[in-house]
Amino acid sequence: MSLIPYIDHEHPVTGVTNAKFGIWLFLASEVMLFGALFSTYIILRTGATVWPHGYEVLNIPMGTLNTAILITSSVTIVLAWAALKMRQLPKFKLYMGLTCLLSLIFLVIKYFEYAAKFHHGYYPATNTYFAIYFVITGLHGLHIIGGIVVNAYLLGPGSKMYATEPERFTGRVECAGLYWHFVDLVWIFVFPILYLL
Amino acid sequence: MSASHGHAASHDEQIKHTLEHWAHEPFWKKYIFSIDHKVIGLQYAICSMVFLLIGFGMMLLMRWQLAYPNQPLPLIGGILGESLFPGGVMSPDTYNQLGAMHGTIMIFLGVVPLSVGGFGNYLLPIQVGAHDMAFPKLNMASFWVFFIGGMIMMFSFLAPGGAAASGWTSYPPLSVTAQNAQSYWLVGMVFLITSSLLGSVNTIVTAIQLRVRGLSFMRWPVLVWAQVITAFLLLLAFPPLEAAGVLQLMDRLAGTSFFMPSGLVVSGEVLQVSGGGNPILWQHLFWFLAHPEVYVLILPAVGIVGEIIATNTRKPLYGYRTLVYSMLFLGFTSFIVWAHHMFMTGMGTTLSSFFQATTMIISIPSVIVLTTYLLTLWGASIRYTVPMLFALAFLPMFAIGGLTGLPLGLTASDIHLHDTYYVIGHFHYVVAPGTLFALMAGVYHWYPKVTGRMFNETLGKIHFWGSIVSINFIFMPMLLMGMMGVSRRLYDQTVYAHGAAGQSYNLVMSWGAWALAIFQIPFIWNLIVSLKKGKVVTEENPWGGTTLEWATPTPPPHTNFLHEVEVFRDPYQYSPNRNLLPQFVKE
Repeated sequence: MSLIPYIDHEHPVTGVTNAKFGIWLFLASEVMLFGALFSTYIILRTGATVWPHGYEVLNIPMGTLNTAILITSSVTIVLAWAALKMRQLPKFKLYMGLTCLLSLIFLVIKYFEYAAKFHHGYYPATNTYFAIYFVITGLHGLHIIGGIVVNAYLLGPGSKMYATEPERFTGRVECAGLYWHFVDLVWIFVFPILYLL
Repeated sequence: MSASHGHAASHDEQIKHTLEHWAHEPFWKKYIFSIDHKVIGLQYAICSMVFLLIGFGMMLLMRWQLAYPNQPLPLIGGILGESLFPGGVMSPDTYNQLGAMHGTIMIFLGVVPLSVGGFGNYLLPIQVGAHDMAFPKLNMASFWVFFIGGMIMMFSFLAPGGAAASGWTSYPPLSVTAQNAQSYWLVGMVFLITSSLLGSVNTIVTAIQLRVRGLSFMRWPVLVWAQVITAFLLLLAFPPLEAAGVLQLMDRLAGTSFFMPSGLVVSGEVLQVSGGGNPILWQHLFWFLAHPEVYVLILPAVGIVGEIIATNTRKPLYGYRTLVYSMLFLGFTSFIVWAHHMFMTGMGTTLSSFFQATTMIISIPSVIVLTTYLLTLWGASIRYTVPMLFALAFLPMFAIGGLTGLPLGLTASDIHLHDTYYVIGHFHYVVAPGTLFALMAGVYHWYPKVTGRMFNETLGKIHFWGSIVSINFIFMPMLLMGMMGVSRRLYDQTVYAHGAAGQSYNLVMSWGAWALAIFQIPFIWNLIVSLKKGKVVTEENPWGGTTLEWATPTPPPHTNFLHEVEVFRDPYQYSPNRNLLPQFVKE
């Protein structure tokens, strides 16, 4: 046992473990990061003489499909966490595996979207619309990749912790889930402002 | 009763076990890639002091060019290289690089890592009674990410075109079109920001979750409050600059136009960019960080000074709660004053009035903070130790810095003062004889606890009196020169009539700066030599402090405490006959 308390049980005053407190703080800073990018979008768009409508240049069906995929993956990661709470490791592995699979499909679709843009000669340097499109979706994509790395670790080598410290491991999955919901939530904002408006 | 005794016994057992385990760790795990918050704190402190020295050295070179324009630098001018110093004279490009990097290094690699990374890491866990930070590995990662960021900044001098040269503010379009290591600067900043984010998450979680029994929020030492508020500022203000850094990097590398307006003419030619961007957007994103950053620079200093004043007056801090609420209010308000740096951008009178009003409001809690400290001094029998001298000097110096800021916060007077030496004088009073003096006070105050040796008092006093006199010869003339209208980034101000008239001030400032450099020698000498030669300190509480760091053995072992500690009362309590009532002693 470590000398650091509240690793696998909640602090009586704050009601959270250290890791959960930490991940919420981290997400607060992430809100500021994406908040700055969305503000940039607003400033650029309101100051622009011409601004393309998202539906004229982007692929709405693909974007919609990706939205559905991400929302589904948020559901599966909750099911994975709930399975752990009920101490059902195989079920956890199934749902966590599904989450990873869905996020990989998201990236594949995103790849085809990017490839189509490049094919049509749309690059970040084309205009400020595509500049902000590539930066926000690119940064969001990096967050997806980061999530996949963490989730795959928890599915694979990281799950060894379940045998010795099940409560701590469940806490880790919950933190990964909170992060994953956040990444999902960012997309819920990205999709309407870049694709639909 | 017996249950709690059993718990305490097992806790002490665990401490013993951890210490034994730690003793067998290899050297690199104990001192290099260490997870011990004290080692990481010292790594931060030593690195940042070296960076402070480097940044200071750059300024000393610049001061030669300012005092004796276009004259070859004596002794070392010839060996600094033909490309940077043709014929021993600093080239304008070199001047710009040193100017930009002096600001960057002093703020992001010097003062913040020393106050937050050094003092925060070392003292905060001990002051809340924890055995380490909440996330020790994250703590180690945060230091090494900082280190990489610092190295990228330093090595950027070797890049083609030299280091970044668009000022520490990196305003576009200049910074986007610059043919130099501006991209390195941006990547370095992303590393430094990431390090700050990891550190601030760790600080907040540690302070709140790892408090020992009895340590309620209103019993936190004032330094803990200062560090936690600072951590919130870093956590929430830095990400917009990270975003802005990524956008500027895209502008430079991918040819986007986030900050590039249409039809921009550079060197007589229209720049081939898609255009439509907004250079003012960078300023908003930058100052959204950089104004809270001012409070990041000042709050830990305020905390350190509070600890030292309470210890050396042996009185409770006057109005502790008022002080805490003022710092909280400072923290919140610092997020809504940023555009007072931008009155001259033409953003409109409505916005300017708003930011003028918030700027005036934020000066109120700053004055309250200083007032509580002054009232603590009232009627005290003060012990004039070296740290106390620095802490006392902080009060008037920070006051000058703060008060000279008011004319800059008023839109009318800012028209005249904006972008002049007055601005430089103002914020250097805040950061140099303000924050840096407080940090030096902290270095002296905790030196015996950290090293187990006492520093040399005489050398400390030479350092103090030499510094306080010479530093005012640097910054006071700046205020005057600024009021004459001399612009802040001139390579040679004598080419203008009003600049030539004020040139004699530059001589005073430069000689003041070189004198200041000489008076840092006893400081550095003292820090190094006292490690071996200083009087050995074995007692736990050499100054008679009341907070938990004085309950640890000197120097503190890996687990900080050898027994479980508990807090019984507010900090800074002394009985009426000035006997010590530390937080950790029952009666």
